[in-house]
Amino acid sequence: MISLTQLTKRYGEFTAVDSIDLEIRGGAIFGLLGPNGAGKTTTLRMIAGILEPDGGSVRIAGHDIVREPMAARRVLGFVPDRPFVYEKLTGAELLRFAAGLYGLAGPEVEHRIDELLGLWDLLAWRDQLVESYSHGMRQKLIISSALVHQPEVLVIDEPMVGLDPRSARLLKDLLRSYADGGGTALVSTHTLELAETLCDRLAVIDHGRVVAGGTMDDLRRAAASEDGGLEEVFLRITRGASDAEIDRVLKA
Amino acid sequence: MGVLSELAVLLRPKLLAACRRRGSKGRVGRVLVLIGIGAAAWPFIYVAVARLLSTLRGVEEIGPLLAARLLGLGLLLFLGILLLSNLIASLSSFFLARDLSAVRSAPVDWLSLYTARLLETTASSSWMVLLILVPVLAAYARVYGGGLWFLVAVIVTLIPFLLIPAAIGSASTLLLVRVFPARRSRDILAVTGLTAAALLVFVLRALRPERLLNPETFRNLVDFLAALQGPASPWLPSGWGAEALMGSLSGSFDPFDLLLLWSTAAAAFVAGAALHHRLYPGCFTKAQEGNENVVRRHAGWRWLEWALAPFGVQRRELMLKDVRIFFRDPTQWSQLIILAVLVVVYVYNMRILPLSTGTMISRYLVTLILFLNLALTGFVLAAIAARFVFPMLSLEGRTLWLLCSAPVDAGTLLASKFRIGVVPLTGLALVLSSTTGVLLGAPRGLFTLNLLAIVGLGCAFTAQALAWGVLYPQFESENAAQIPTSLGGLLFMLGALVTLGLVTLAQIWSLRGFLVSGLPGREPRSASSGEFLLAAGLTAILCLAGTLIPYQLAVQRLSRIGRWSEES
Repeated sequence: MISLTQLTKRYGEFTAVDSIDLEIRGGAIFGLLGPNGAGKTTTLRMIAGILEPDGGSVRIAGHDIVREPMAARRVLGFVPDRPFVYEKLTGAELLRFAAGLYGLAGPEVEHRIDELLGLWDLLAWRDQLVESYSHGMRQKLIISSALVHQPEVLVIDEPMVGLDPRSARLLKDLLRSYADGGGTALVSTHTLELAETLCDRLAVIDHGRVVAGGTMDDLRRAAASEDGGLEEVFLRITRGASDAEIDRVLKA
Repeated sequence: MGVLSELAVLLRPKLLAACRRRGSKGRVGRVLVLIGIGAAAWPFIYVAVARLLSTLRGVEEIGPLLAARLLGLGLLLFLGILLLSNLIASLSSFFLARDLSAVRSAPVDWLSLYTARLLETTASSSWMVLLILVPVLAAYARVYGGGLWFLVAVIVTLIPFLLIPAAIGSASTLLLVRVFPARRSRDILAVTGLTAAALLVFVLRALRPERLLNPETFRNLVDFLAALQGPASPWLPSGWGAEALMGSLSGSFDPFDLLLLWSTAAAAFVAGAALHHRLYPGCFTKAQEGNENVVRRHAGWRWLEWALAPFGVQRRELMLKDVRIFFRDPTQWSQLIILAVLVVVYVYNMRILPLSTGTMISRYLVTLILFLNLALTGFVLAAIAARFVFPMLSLEGRTLWLLCSAPVDAGTLLASKFRIGVVPLTGLALVLSSTTGVLLGAPRGLFTLNLLAIVGLGCAFTAQALAWGVLYPQFESENAAQIPTSLGGLLFMLGALVTLGLVTLAQIWSLRGFLVSGLPGREPRSASSGEFLLAAGLTAILCLAGTLIPYQLAVQRLSRIGRWSEES
């Protein structure tokens, strides 16, 4: 459902995403991991059609995001890493607007709005301006706006930002049932527990390149850590700071 | 850490950011354009002021006095602008800036924070006034032979002159935030806007420009000078500044004026600091509070949804969203009050024009005033487009991701914004133009031509404002009201004025035979159909070109919306 071929993005001399190849099949949750500044958000923004790639291609459900942007975006739902939305719209109006962007309106949309707001316990906030929403409520609203048109592909950058444990659990269940229903979810996260328990396949990006990929077992093998958890695997693959180094900095 | 060291630490990021903004790759071109505009505007202002001063200098006895009064009037106007500008800027720097949470949680002394924010407010509010003052004061120096001593006097005068409105403005904003605790911080800006409107009207009224136009009606010269002296009150910093500067030019410098300026600045700073120390923590907390904002679907909204239904779901939702946001944002709609006041003042001015009717001379005058009316109405339209249409895309700002990731093409997005902009703009233009046309008793042909031009200009200005807004977006702006003061806004105004000038000149050129016939000693005649058709044709061509070319450029630019938003 999502196919990245030699995907590249440069900012001047700096290469943020360097010739990434990824194939993400339908009915699965794919996790994108990597240290800060590795190129995860840039990759996701290119997949969502927000950024134009400098090289390579992105295909969503068979549609090239550059050549057939409208067709590709029609089947896509995107959740950015920071929940910026129109402050002067109410929650219901924002979801109605999001549905309207996909040409959807009418009683079915109203029903869907109530359904999504109800799912997140936001029905009481339906007619409140978004400016009075908390960070977590905004995140829930944005996830709802990505789901309002029932997309085939869901791209989420840092899904757990601002969510309380109950909502985080709800999101996990939601993503699982979405994938079980045939949807494709691409999730970028720093929450290794989420990646380990939720994702069917994973890729680790570092310095704009995919440095490891596959199932959890594949990653363990790549990191030569047969019994390790994802945290240890991640640190080995991305060569993170050692415990001794962390101790030294904290005690300095 | 001492106050000065803390001040340096607090101001350093702002200075670095400002330097890096100017030095960054994409900004170099813009800075060059700005320098180009300055290079063109400075000589113009300089020559105009120098010629005026030279003429005044030739008037025996009262010449230098008139020049001093003129400087006083100018400084009073600048003082008013600075006060309003500081009111708005201080709301941003003291209450809404994104770095405040970090700064306030750090062990920073309150005096350092106050001083740093006051200096920041002063700088962001004063730079444009300073830029305009340079050629004005250079003209004074040229005409009255000011040398190095005058330069020193200018620096020593302007520092307290700029600090006084900054301290008063920021203290007033602090009190506003305290008086309206339940409102959201953005609403305070609306109140500030309303205050700004009231103050603007007050300043304009205090100037009483119509009295200066006709000095003969005064009983004697003393009345005339008194009228000039009125606004340049000896109790205001503008009066002290003018006296200090003129004194340094004429050799009758009185240090008391400077003493007044500096002591007032010091008093304003101390009073502002004391208020800040006492009230700021509570006011800052109140400014962060949000209201309960329940919105019901009123009949008006339902009617609008119904009215926009023929455009299709996607276009309707895009337009509805813009209208909703506009009317729910006090920083947006509050400016309509200023607009309404200006329109009323404009129509009133047309109403009181001393035109007699029935003679060829007055008909000739009416014709001339109709063209002047077209130019002025066009200018008002351009200013409104700069304020309301130019920022439309910038206001999408950080929510642009929603549009970018949805199946919305650039043409649809821009067309929605064009419709939302052009309908009220041309509607207002028609009302303004037809009202003034009727008041002036305009002949039917010229009246129709005027209406055609103003509708065409409404379309052209909307398209151009959108295009410049796409080319120079201000996604990071913390204050919507400041977006039009950016370089893009300035370029839009210049482009709009060029369009307006071309349309007016095309009409004058087409009707030149008729216009010349109205001069004394010529055989008066009416304009022929051919002349009207030529004028209408040229107007239509210019307005169409002024609409379609920028619109297409904007669509092309917007179609690369992702890359473009990332670069900005």
